[in-house]
Amino acid sequence: MNKKNKIKIVVNGKLLTVKTKFSVKNLIEKLKIPINKVAIELNEEIVNKKKINKIFLENNDKIEIVNFIGGG
Amino acid sequence: MKSDILKIANNKFKSRLIVGTGKYKNMKECAKAIKISGAEIVTVAVRRVNISDKSKPLLMDYIDPKKIMYLPNTAGCFTSKDALRTLRLAREIGGWKIVKLEVLGDKKNLFPDMIETLKSTEVLTKEGFKVMVYCNDDPLMCKRLENSGASAIMPLAAPIGSGLGIQNKINIKILRQQTKVPLIIDAGLGQASDAVQAMEMGCDAVLINTAIAKAKKPFQMAESMKYAVISGRKSFLSGRIMPNLSGSPSTTKIGLI
Repeated sequence: MNKKNKIKIVVNGKLLTVKTKFSVKNLIEKLKIPINKVAIELNEEIVNKKKINKIFLENNDKIEIVNFIGGG
Repeated sequence: MKSDILKIANNKFKSRLIVGTGKYKNMKECAKAIKISGAEIVTVAVRRVNISDKSKPLLMDYIDPKKIMYLPNTAGCFTSKDALRTLRLAREIGGWKIVKLEVLGDKKNLFPDMIETLKSTEVLTKEGFKVMVYCNDDPLMCKRLENSGASAIMPLAAPIGSGLGIQNKINIKILRQQTKVPLIIDAGLGQASDAVQAMEMGCDAVLINTAIAKAKKPFQMAESMKYAVISGRKSFLSGRIMPNLSGSPSTTKIGLI
């Protein structure tokens, strides 16, 4: 695969390289994240979890994946 | 006694102790302390998923949100923008509508920024959230929060995590008189007697995290807080005697030899 077929994205502050036509669903599967326990933001907009297979990532996209942790 | 139910935004609870899930040694300890405390609501925070270490345990694996109500909190947010973003994400995780808003204004003593807090309450209420609001003890600001639709008023008794106990009794009493929605002491309690006092003053509930999590024996303190809240509540409902400077013998003089 050459560079043309790859894009750079930032997930939770970390730089990742993925292939083009990579959906949010592909990303969640790649990272093995339990979808029902998280919320996802793409460029500061909340992503509808039911539509993640139709949302494709673009170069320089910023994704935040959050969950609940202990807190006061 | 008639059952004494706490109602928050049309949700009913038997326990009047809300506990935080932060500062524990590990999730197992946290889950056990919560169970012992008898709490039906726990506060939780929203943070990034650790994508590099997926073996890290998830809170939901230890505390089942179907059995205990998660109350997403905006701990650590210093602007309205951040707080709104956090709670919208929390709602997205699983449909949570009852949330705890906390917009801090001062990194040293963690006092709330009431201007940002009020602004956020107005926006969230319009978006359909039921907002329980961490706030200072100023009766005017608390009234404004209530008027903008807050589902619970949650004043501090002392700085978060300080364990100083109730340092603002007069203001809490004024708030008790004026507040129609649940009044919940949110911060500053250190020991069981503080929780008893809060409940005896007529507060509807207390929220405790550090005092349990950081006690030398968290499980024992969780149990102690459980009974303190029950005890204080029953004492409040029992109609205490009026304090009197003179003594009054407990035993009749009739039949005295």
